[in-house]
Amino acid sequence: MTTATLILALVVVVALAFDFTNGFHDTGNAMAASIATGALSPKGAVTLAAILNLVGALLSVEVALTVSNAVVNIQDSKGLPKPELMANGGTMLLLIVFGGLVGGIIWNLITWLLGLPSSSSHALLGGLVGGTIGALGFEGVKWAGDGTKLDGVIGKVILPSLLSPVIAMIVAAVATRVIFWVTTMIEDKFRERRFRYGQVGAASLVSLAHGTNDAQKTMGVITLALVAAGQISAKEVYVPLWVKLSAATAIALGTYLGGWRIIHTMSKGLVDISSPQGLAADSSSATVILASSQLGFALSTTHVATGSIMGTGIGKPGGSVRWSVAGRMVAAWAITFPAAAVMGAIMYWIASVIPGIAGPLVAFAILCAASLYMWRRSRVNKIDHTNVTDEWHDGSKPEVVVAAHDIIDTHDEATSAKSTTV
Amino acid sequence: MNMVPLALEGAWKVLAAGLVLGAGLPIVYAFAVRGMAMAQGAGAIIGEQTKKPMGKLLAGLCLLVILLAVSYGISFIVATGIGKVVTFDHIVPWFVDKPKK
Repeated sequence: MTTATLILALVVVVALAFDFTNGFHDTGNAMAASIATGALSPKGAVTLAAILNLVGALLSVEVALTVSNAVVNIQDSKGLPKPELMANGGTMLLLIVFGGLVGGIIWNLITWLLGLPSSSSHALLGGLVGGTIGALGFEGVKWAGDGTKLDGVIGKVILPSLLSPVIAMIVAAVATRVIFWVTTMIEDKFRERRFRYGQVGAASLVSLAHGTNDAQKTMGVITLALVAAGQISAKEVYVPLWVKLSAATAIALGTYLGGWRIIHTMSKGLVDISSPQGLAADSSSATVILASSQLGFALSTTHVATGSIMGTGIGKPGGSVRWSVAGRMVAAWAITFPAAAVMGAIMYWIASVIPGIAGPLVAFAILCAASLYMWRRSRVNKIDHTNVTDEWHDGSKPEVVVAAHDIIDTHDEATSAKSTTV
Repeated sequence: MNMVPLALEGAWKVLAAGLVLGAGLPIVYAFAVRGMAMAQGAGAIIGEQTKKPMGKLLAGLCLLVILLAVSYGISFIVATGIGKVVTFDHIVPWFVDKPKK
């Protein structure tokens, strides 16, 4: 076994690990609203999301082989690695991808620990940009493309992340406002119950769309690594079946684990969601995600989902948004890309400066240690399926206390009665 | 920075699609719920005691519209997954192979 083959094995492992973190980081995007309103039990919600993510991921026959092309110059337009990176059995390219993935995972774990729904796509792309800067300097990064289409860091990352939450917010706010207007003379209890069915349907669509979008990014990255290491002929690039199956399984398992800390923030921290608001938020997210992928407008599922939830808070008559929580979240969005890039660059540097296989192994050990530390740290104020729907306790109150509280719901009372931590 | 107009153009289209489908369908659902409430009368509508059977028709029609839209949405996800795109060239939406770039 050559050093390159060993590094390749490590790349595959961290790619699947990233996919796994991507899964639990994004469970809340589809399911936070359904869990908040009690339309689905927490366990039921993550199971449904996991199955739909698996199905969605396996449906991605057409995999984005050029995933990195949006932000860095390490592949050509067909998805082949740049020849100058192929020396030493593709070691340099493997290390860039490796550093990028490790950086992305660490950032995903930090934001998970803080309960912040940051974008996994930005973590991946940021990590790759960092790895590339470490290897090739700033010239390796595609900042703006050639200006004729939306491309590069500005066109694929910065502009969409400014616009997409606003779009989702407007759509969800309009939907919420009109729904409450149409159903104004209906009894709260009747409305709350009937809207739960619609909500589950809309949430399922978000999950499916997420599976098709996000799992294929990992498949693309693993395939790129396989081509770089010469395991797949550069003449005929294809995605091996095992790559598809393992990536689909990793994202589904991650989703099933449920990022409870993030779900708690999204379902309870931002807005107190009632089921009509949940339907409005989920269908807004589903359409915005699907319309964007059709129109080639790159966006992050996370930004859209949180934008939608905030929109329902604005749209509900007398509703409100906890802007302090929203502010923290927006700050996390803004630093996700650069922070993942810094970590990607550091990890690339560690992996490449120590000669041979020792470098990547040291970086891998750092990743394991950091993961273990953050996992242990998360046990201090544990959030899981039993207390995910507890009320938000950080001292902040929405400016007007309404929404879920004005609807008498036995389920909510039962769960908040055993409220303990947070 | 000539990408800003490009981004706004993309954003405008997504917003339009979002408002038509993303806000439109939940609103249709709201009418379905209103229909169901009309059919039930007491306990569903504030201060209302009489049942209006027409509500069932309203609810049924609305749910049909939603069902059609959602099956379209799912076939859309599946189609893009297997490398097809939706075209509106023939008025009725249909799936064709993705054009080679």
